[in-house]
Amino acid sequence: MSKSKFILLIIFCFFIFSSSSKSSDDLVNKISKNIRCLICQGQSVYDSNSEFAESIKLLIKKKIDEGVSEKNIYEYLKNQYGDWIVYEPEFNKNTFFLWTIPVFVFVIGGWVIFRKIKFFKL
Amino acid sequence: MKKNTLFLIILIFTIFCFIVLLKGLSKDNSYKPNINFGKKLSSFEGKNFFNDQLINSNELFNENKIYVLNIWASWCAPCRAEHSVLMELKKNKLIEIIGINYKDNLTNAKKFVDEYGNPYSEILIDEDGTIAISLGAYGIPETIVVDKNQIILKKFFGAISNKSLNEINSLTK
Repeated sequence: MSKSKFILLIIFCFFIFSSSSKSSDDLVNKISKNIRCLICQGQSVYDSNSEFAESIKLLIKKKIDEGVSEKNIYEYLKNQYGDWIVYEPEFNKNTFFLWTIPVFVFVIGGWVIFRKIKFFKL
Repeated sequence: MKKNTLFLIILIFTIFCFIVLLKGLSKDNSYKPNINFGKKLSSFEGKNFFNDQLINSNELFNENKIYVLNIWASWCAPCRAEHSVLMELKKNKLIEIIGINYKDNLTNAKKFVDEYGNPYSEILIDEDGTIAISLGAYGIPETIVVDKNQIILKKFFGAISNKSLNEINSLTK
């Protein structure tokens, strides 16, 4: 293999490695932004430097490297610490009103505005 | 008539929101840890404190005993305070105490065990704190009591006291 080909191969490997680690770091950041630091005051795991948050970040990274999906990482953490650890609650019977009331208010509000506009046009 | 109906709907909705928010205000919003009683412990893996051999959690719970998982570190002052209680707990032959050495300097941790005594049948090294997270821990010291099927029976946050000691001992009766 010529010298230039060898250098090109190293650059290619470096590029592949850096892009894969970047995407894994991005996913760690994305997940840790949605995880509540349970021992901090109103901070996400991403924002906190506490021992707890640092360990959670490492665990998320380990799980991603093991090939665990994002959904399963959330499930794993919820299983350990309860639903409260996740900032964005999932849709279930306990969160039914939380998710449906804003939609309901939006639709009713839209309908009222629509009626008013129609009324003034007439 | 139509106007009145709309007014009534808005009024009912406003009262409903008001009641929901009012009830929310009276609720205690401080976080209560998820104890997970009756749930199975997640499996974990760690290096043996004394010989660096990798140990899987499933290898630890094989006798018909009560297992006490204690997360500790030499730098943690409450861990020193609870150590005498753990030494007392060790006297119960139906109880095995497993130590999880959390983010510690190994030399200091070994000194700690030499100085205060070793109540643990096994100690696993938790270098980066991920074992503690897989056990659902918040900080240290923390103590989790499980049966041989790895079902969580009790959890103690902070240093265990003589009262906790009696509670754990009563599980073997």
